[in-house]
Amino acid sequence: MTKYLVKRFIAMLITLWLIITLTFFLMHALPGSPFNEERSTSEAVQKNLEAHFNLDKPVPVQYIEYLKSVIQFDFGPSIKKSSQTVNELLGRGFPVSFELGFVTLTVAILSGITLGVLAALRHNGLIDYMAMTIAVLGISIPNFVFATLLIQQVAVNWELLPVATWKSWRHMVLPTLALATGPMAIIARLTRSSMLEVLTQDYILTAKAKGLTPAKIVLKHALKNALLPVVTVLGSLAAGILTGTFVIEKIFAIPGMGKYFVDSINNRDYPVIMGTTIFYSTLLIFLLFLVDVAYGLLDPRIKLHKKEAK
Amino acid sequence: MGKILEVKGLHVSFTTFGGEVQAVRGVSFDLYKGETLAIVGESGCGKSVTAKSIMGLIPNPPGKITDGKILFKGSNLAALKDKDLRKIRGADISMIFQDPMTALNPTLTIGTQLVEGIIQHQKISRSEAQKKALEMMRLVGIPSTESRLKQYPHQFSGGMRQRIVIALALVCEPEVMIADEPTTALDVTIQAQILDLFRDIQKKTGVSIILITHDLGVVAQVADRIAVMYAGKVVETGTRRDIFYKPQHPYTKGLLNSVPRLDLENAELIPIAGSPPDLFAPPPGCPFVARCQYAMEVCDKVYPLKTKYGKEHHVNCWLQDERAKQMLASQR
Repeated sequence: MTKYLVKRFIAMLITLWLIITLTFFLMHALPGSPFNEERSTSEAVQKNLEAHFNLDKPVPVQYIEYLKSVIQFDFGPSIKKSSQTVNELLGRGFPVSFELGFVTLTVAILSGITLGVLAALRHNGLIDYMAMTIAVLGISIPNFVFATLLIQQVAVNWELLPVATWKSWRHMVLPTLALATGPMAIIARLTRSSMLEVLTQDYILTAKAKGLTPAKIVLKHALKNALLPVVTVLGSLAAGILTGTFVIEKIFAIPGMGKYFVDSINNRDYPVIMGTTIFYSTLLIFLLFLVDVAYGLLDPRIKLHKKEAK
Repeated sequence: MGKILEVKGLHVSFTTFGGEVQAVRGVSFDLYKGETLAIVGESGCGKSVTAKSIMGLIPNPPGKITDGKILFKGSNLAALKDKDLRKIRGADISMIFQDPMTALNPTLTIGTQLVEGIIQHQKISRSEAQKKALEMMRLVGIPSTESRLKQYPHQFSGGMRQRIVIALALVCEPEVMIADEPTTALDVTIQAQILDLFRDIQKKTGVSIILITHDLGVVAQVADRIAVMYAGKVVETGTRRDIFYKPQHPYTKGLLNSVPRLDLENAELIPIAGSPPDLFAPPPGCPFVARCQYAMEVCDKVYPLKTKYGKEHHVNCWLQDERAKQMLASQR
């Protein structure tokens, strides 16, 4: 197992290095620079600025220097938000995004799986049609449309919950709902189709023949086997949700890190582009690793350290 | 020997897009204590559906028991609610399925799968149930230590898995065990071992077995009595001797003729020509009429009654009717 983990860790580092390299050169291939603005600055000022942020050197040299600082977990200063480092930006934004993302994920997973299981058990029944209608709506309605509808109805018309900002749990309800419907719908559909397949398996008949209660058959025998495809999508889904979303955070004025993904590219804020990309990739790679571990736990036929077992 | 299970006039239908399929059309048989009853017949004749009806495992919808009784210990299983049937399933009547490769849950250990059945029906602690599971493993011939219980199905061979499936069926000491083609998915040597195991278990526990199969070789080895099914009906019943040495129904004779023989030189395999009738619209008369070389006019119109041929030997065929015998005699 240790051997597997070490191997896996090295592979992760290589993946990350490839992502850093690709992003770095692609980013510099973009036309324009952080200092191209409507109000033009004098050439001398531009030169000074470029020198200050190391942008006057050739790109390969910048790349080497950037790698050196990344190894020390220093992502450099933000060009646009002067006097703030990328580390500070992420350190402030991520906890907020993570909080919202974590609650959203919990809601999406629990409701998605419940909905999917119910739909599968009542296949072609009323609950099935209702659940799948909800799922189709959840997938097809963009979350910003749903978010504005929620604000209009719940916050403005009924005055039940605050419209925006990020203070108490009451502020969390609407953004969570708006953000959770999409993933919930995906999970519900996957769970349903996977459950339908598992329920026709012979071992389900064996379980029935043992006289087990329907609840036990579903929870113990069917669900565990049906969860594999769901776990597969969860990795990438979770990485996306936990790092915040631009649109939802903008609509609800949530101080998360979602906005940096978009703003940094618009502003050509090189260190922030790199910082967010590396952060997101690291999280994704780690979550995908967790998914692989979960496979092994769910299905004993999948062994993580096959070579060692031989 | 007393009767333990009585099936009386069982009818099972499936509703499909094409209409109602009458899979079982009036099946009756008795099962005596401690015996092995084999139900034989070709694919689609309703053997498995009959077995699943006894267990209440017919998926509803589309399937439904439309008529008939299944009497077990004074209650009619065909009329019981699923909740009450659950108490009988696994505890009093258990079932073994065809393919041991898929009949066990791949993600649960053998121990878990054995123990959950015991705990479902008996009020004993987990550790006691574990002990029972170990005992059962030994009974079916898996020299098992506790570590074996912690293994998953994929760590066992096909024959071993079928033994585990049998252990699963026996673990609550049922009175009736239904085996639906238990040896079909196994190779011949393993098949022989499993059949030996059946005989051995019956001797030790006195369980009554309903063996469903299309393999007459298997039947010849273990069955005490045989019921031959065709197109959703039982056409002939009798002891093993009756059926193998004095078959009366043309279908039974055809079945016996179509068994490949290795012991005779130049023995020809004689298949039964034609195919079984469409069960969407079963014929009013004998369903075998189209394939029967002795068919008479009456066979096409009216289904023959059960005629007693020997002590335990019954057959549903017009050829056994007194009038048919007289006619044949006068023609000669």
